[in-house]
Amino acid sequence: MRWRDVILPLLIFAALALAPFVGFGQGHSLTLLARAMIFGMAAISLSLLVGGAGLISLGHAALLGIGAYAVVVLDHARVTDALLVVPIAVAAAALFALLTGAVAIRTSGVHFIMITLAFGQMAFFTASSLALYGGDDGYTLYGRLELGGSRLLEDRLFFHFACLALLAGTWLLVEALLRSRFGRVLRAARENEMRARAVGFAPYPFRLASYVIAGAIAGLAGVMLANSAEFVAPAYLTWQRSGDLLFMVILGGLAGPHGALMGALAFVLIEEWLSHLTEHWRLIFGPLLVLCVFFMRDGIAGLLRRG
Amino acid sequence: MNTTLLLVQALNGLQFGVLLFLVAAGLTLVFGVMDFINLAHGVQYMVGAYLGATLAAMTGSFWLGLVLALPAALAFGLLLEWLVFRHLYARDHLSQVLATFGVILFLNQGVKAVFGAAPLQMPVPEALSGGVRIMEGLLYPTYRLAILAAGLLTAGLLWFLVERTRAGMLVRAGASNAPMLGALGVDVNRLFMLVFGFGAMLAGFAGVMAAPILSVEPGMGDNLLILAFVVIVIGGIGSVRGAFIAALLVGLVETIGRAMLPDLMRLFLDPSAARQTGAALASMLVYVVMAVILAVRPAGLFPVRR
Repeated sequence: MRWRDVILPLLIFAALALAPFVGFGQGHSLTLLARAMIFGMAAISLSLLVGGAGLISLGHAALLGIGAYAVVVLDHARVTDALLVVPIAVAAAALFALLTGAVAIRTSGVHFIMITLAFGQMAFFTASSLALYGGDDGYTLYGRLELGGSRLLEDRLFFHFACLALLAGTWLLVEALLRSRFGRVLRAARENEMRARAVGFAPYPFRLASYVIAGAIAGLAGVMLANSAEFVAPAYLTWQRSGDLLFMVILGGLAGPHGALMGALAFVLIEEWLSHLTEHWRLIFGPLLVLCVFFMRDGIAGLLRRG
Repeated sequence: MNTTLLLVQALNGLQFGVLLFLVAAGLTLVFGVMDFINLAHGVQYMVGAYLGATLAAMTGSFWLGLVLALPAALAFGLLLEWLVFRHLYARDHLSQVLATFGVILFLNQGVKAVFGAAPLQMPVPEALSGGVRIMEGLLYPTYRLAILAAGLLTAGLLWFLVERTRAGMLVRAGASNAPMLGALGVDVNRLFMLVFGFGAMLAGFAGVMAAPILSVEPGMGDNLLILAFVVIVIGGIGSVRGAFIAALLVGLVETIGRAMLPDLMRLFLDPSAARQTGAALASMLVYVVMAVILAVRPAGLFPVRR
């Protein structure tokens, strides 16, 4: 039993729950933590694809962006109730994942990377063309979503715990999926597609299902991202953002969703720390990424397992 | 949209196509021979443009700048290969994507730190300034024609190198079966390095030539890189001929689409919305073409036999 894989996330969730009460309660810290948790959700959904199904998507940011833009479109139409917006946004992202995934999953290897990249770019250009919603400049929301008529999400502390609950829920869902029969089929097809077929499992529907689930989770993360910043721009959908998400997954390690969780938290915190050190923080961040690929093959999760 | 305008756009498209080809050629060779995804190939193009602009400013001559920038781009490519890329050949695609993504972050920020975020200017050389009268009422810039000619010439040279020389034969052999080539006594690692350096130089060459007509700025290689990937996927990964045809196709579709779609959209939308929607649709058009081609021919137009 990999008890560490369960204990570790629980410790992280506990630390995140305590954070506002032990000196991280100011606006800036909470915004940063919310950002880390939201990217944590997105990274966990991507780890279901990369680590579980072996599908290396370089267009995952598009799904995040579609969730965020669904909030924008509804905000513009003055629909701001979370009970309505969240299901629509998640459904939109899942639908996009279903349509593009149905095409992309027919390919494999480098073609899959390129096709997801192409679909991501298509979504990016669509977003920058939406003149009604600010085009390239982005769109500032009138405010955060309402929850059944109340403005609870405006409350920083409530928003913090909403993010935490969604993050924990995402982790639980993906962990459960990977441990289920569904997850075993995904992994079997990743390890050896021919053998998986030989024992009677066509990988295609399983992979497509995982792609749609990951898309839905990323869409939900996009809703939270839009609400956290109260601003949405096409920059959310760039392929560089997809690269960042992949880095989070690998930084944490591919052993399971807890890896992506740690990777996303570490990524956002390192990014924040470095950007305080110097304006040119990417000069440090880029080589750091290269060194991680060279020397930390199993990510942070791998280091902890060894330690 | 009359014939004159269409002709200008077609020429612009072809010229963009040959630039794309110069970048895509290196990418497709490196991928074909070494099975290596190099996201950092776009920054080679940017580095070429910066080297060209800086060296031209230092020497006061476009031509000296061009001549000096080529070996400098080659040396830079070899340095990156030695420092980073050669440690990735044996790794999976995911590691290659990530590590080369790190190189992009570093170099984009690096040129911003050294040269500032503002675009650099590189003057068009004296001999190629002015225009050529192609037909009645149509003056086309000489420099753009020169790019087209230089690109086609390089493509011809590359074809000759790959198809008709011993080095090219080794490259093709490496693309179809590298371990076998090694077993026959060819130093495959040296071959890889040569192909890599050559690809970097071609991308650098494209960068220098584009520098006078496009703005030289950090991140200029990123969008071109994505288009170059589209090109090699459409053309069939590893195929130089496929990359050539696909590059011209993508260049034409992108440029003509950009010019015509806003006008087309005007039929349905008000002018400002039409301009924006048309531009976005034009940017998407290339990816639609790619999706359609891959749906019909999953391995691209000219798949390399393995």
